[in-house]
Amino acid sequence: MTEETIQHILSRYPDRRSALLPLMHLYQEEAGYLTEEIISQLAGRLGLTPTQVAEVATFYDMFRLKPGGRCEIWVCHNLSCALLGAEQVIRRLEEALGVSVGETTPDGLFTIKRVECLAACGLAPTIQVGPDYYGPVSAKDVGELVARLRKALVDSNQQPASGGRL
Amino acid sequence: MSEKILTKRFEIPGYRGTLEEYEATGGYQAITKALKEHTPASLTEMVRRSGLRGRGGAGFPTGVKWGFIPKDPDLPKYLVCNADESEPGTFKDRELIMRDPHQLIEGILLASFAIGCRTAYIYIRGEFIAGACILEQAIRDAAARGLVGKDILGGSFSLDLHVHRGAGAYICGEETALLESLEGKRGLPRLKPPFPATSGLYRKPTVVNNVETLSNLPHIVLRGAEWFSSIGNPKSTGTRVFSVSGHVRRPGIYECPINVSMRELIFEHAGGMRDGRRLKAVIPGGSSVSVLTEQHLDTRMDFESLATAGSMAGSGGVIVMDETTCMVRVGEVVSRFYHHESCGQCTQCREGTAWLHKTLRRIEEGRGRTADLDLLLDICDNMKGKTICPLSDAAAMPIESYLKYFRDEFEQHIVERACPFGARVGAWARPMNGFPA
Repeated sequence: MTEETIQHILSRYPDRRSALLPLMHLYQEEAGYLTEEIISQLAGRLGLTPTQVAEVATFYDMFRLKPGGRCEIWVCHNLSCALLGAEQVIRRLEEALGVSVGETTPDGLFTIKRVECLAACGLAPTIQVGPDYYGPVSAKDVGELVARLRKALVDSNQQPASGGRL
Repeated sequence: MSEKILTKRFEIPGYRGTLEEYEATGGYQAITKALKEHTPASLTEMVRRSGLRGRGGAGFPTGVKWGFIPKDPDLPKYLVCNADESEPGTFKDRELIMRDPHQLIEGILLASFAIGCRTAYIYIRGEFIAGACILEQAIRDAAARGLVGKDILGGSFSLDLHVHRGAGAYICGEETALLESLEGKRGLPRLKPPFPATSGLYRKPTVVNNVETLSNLPHIVLRGAEWFSSIGNPKSTGTRVFSVSGHVRRPGIYECPINVSMRELIFEHAGGMRDGRRLKAVIPGGSSVSVLTEQHLDTRMDFESLATAGSMAGSGGVIVMDETTCMVRVGEVVSRFYHHESCGQCTQCREGTAWLHKTLRRIEEGRGRTADLDLLLDICDNMKGKTICPLSDAAAMPIESYLKYFRDEFEQHIVERACPFGARVGAWARPMNGFPA
């Protein structure tokens, strides 16, 4: 991360501590997760103790404190999605990837994560990958979705970026 | 079909919400007009007279909220747009941001002018990455045209506007938790008073307004307070962008006069029930509110009517459930959510949400005891009105309502030692290995 980026973020706030969440997002994007080194570095930069940074990192669901797959598949299991079959989708996804929720595939590509309402209930059951929403996803769509995500990961060596209706 | 206001542009073929498209359809005329014709006081008065009430959940009158801000021009003040949309069943702010970001930005300009602030933040939920990118681009475009930044439209009003991403915490939709989060801390709600109007972001006077609330402002300025208050009824004015999900034929957002009937919303706009099934239950305002049933279908969706019916208008997230739905399972899912999202500050909420979930799960799995129903009500009673923020009440009230209307279903689970719905409905069945606690 460049000094310029950090300065740009700091300039938005009268109090530098406000830059903590934005900086944690950026560091996580770069490193994949928030390492102890990153936490100490952020603490030094923002005039906080490492504990103050760590308590924030552990409070929010999106921050990872250990490595995961290159692609996190978020499956909503809240009410609107559950009503329309989210549990079947999760089961099918676990079968298709051969891992359980919270685990990462041996090739390091995917981690399945149960998440709370993604504010996309009109697409229920909803899956989110990076910025993209997929839905309504039925259990029988899961194989195709995984194939699509895998191809995008392998081809581009980047995050897949092609959401849409299935 | 009644007139749409906030979502009217969505119907223009090919409309993508760019600055050019927004301006070509009357966009940024309201801020131009307001800077010419209004003082902050007259704009605040206009919004107060319009009767606009907050669309985030609490329904507090927007103009009155602005009126609490100290008038001292030397005191820094902040406007924060609450785009942390996380109330289960609610997805209207996401659509308003994705499809017409400049409508929101113009609303933010108007509110900032009215309260006299020079810096505003949009606090957007962290998962909504696409929305944050769209807003950042829209702000850059508006700034390039002199609509955001210094000396807006050549006048003396200036506003810096920044997008700030959350990181996955429902509680940050509560305004004081949101402010803590924006200050780089854990999202722990603050004890009130002091209210944000006197001591908010960085302990300075702050207004927190929801995306939909702010998106109404350009229309009120252009068409007048009287026009706005003529829609709906005297206490709940304007339209509401309802999010309808669950077992309906056409889930989606529907903008209707705020006092539309539940029946019209579900059966005309959202297409009625799927697969010809019968309606069993409706959660009318996001998962935090009490459930209603078929007998309430003619209830109107405004704040007062839903309160009279024993529920709340909340966030306008309408979750519709058909006859195949197990209400114990609904309780299990809903209580799991609040248990996960409780910030842990208050004992009643931290412990209560866990007990509710544990007890409901036990009943759903056929391990319930007869005493569990009274236990659930006792836990709810101990959770309500006793905590710093309303999350504890939001976790307890729905469960009480499920027991009120569907007690026999809970008893059946306990007597039969199994969920009577489990085997029948494929899409709703639980995984055999149970849920993570």
